[in-house]
Amino acid sequence: MVPLEWYIGLSAVIFVIGMIGFMLRRNIIIMLMSIELMLNSVNISLVAFSHYLQDLRGQILVFFIITVAAAEAAIGLAILVALFKNKAAVHTDEITEMKG
Amino acid sequence: MLPKIFFGYFSVVMIVLSILIITRRNPVHSVLWMLALFFHIAALYLFLNAEFLSAVQLILYAGAILVLFLFVIMMLNLKEELTAERFIGEWPIGVALGISILMFIYFAISKFIQGPTGQYTIEAIKKETHTKTIGKVLYTEYLFPFEIASLILLIAIVGAIVLAKKKRSEG
Repeated sequence: MVPLEWYIGLSAVIFVIGMIGFMLRRNIIIMLMSIELMLNSVNISLVAFSHYLQDLRGQILVFFIITVAAAEAAIGLAILVALFKNKAAVHTDEITEMKG
Repeated sequence: MLPKIFFGYFSVVMIVLSILIITRRNPVHSVLWMLALFFHIAALYLFLNAEFLSAVQLILYAGAILVLFLFVIMMLNLKEELTAERFIGEWPIGVALGISILMFIYFAISKFIQGPTGQYTIEAIKKETHTKTIGKVLYTEYLFPFEIASLILLIAIVGAIVLAKKKRSEG
């Protein structure tokens, strides 16, 4: 039997990788994908908790996280397409309109 | 012993895949590595007796969300992406911050005490299939959050249409 701590550790490592990707990349598409990575790592830990505590609430929460991820992908990519139409830029350094 | 070997394989492959996702220069390659990662996550859910969630992971994440990402990347046609700088200049600070947060999480896990277990044992779920059990909980105990989730999806649809609509010229 695999200990529960291993699953939480795996989830933490993937979450931190997603966080580093969000902070360091300059491409907005990759930054959105890093958010998906973080949401997925939380899903892993929720399913592991649900299995080890013999309770279904973790798996129900995963549904809601997937809902939020789908909504975020749709809105985020629509904003990205609108931005690309107006400025032809997907790099964060080139988007400085609101810089005072 | 065998479950630990399986878990070791999955964890090593998943960590390598997520590092590949955030370091590739071409976004299409990142999406394809992410597809492999989602298949591994679905297999891990099977490992944890969550077969319905495994199917949802494949259909929704790998089938819908990733195709949306791939569609947008192909539509934008990013040529200068292959020559531009990948990371911001201060990348060592970000990596150090990530490692320190990982240390915090490690100390938090070492103090972890498992709480009391619930009523849904593997045998109880097996008696009336996993999908039926999860549906019962979702549509009785969590009915109100479920309705809020549907509202969030509706707002996402309306927002995406408003953003993608062409501006009509005056007159």
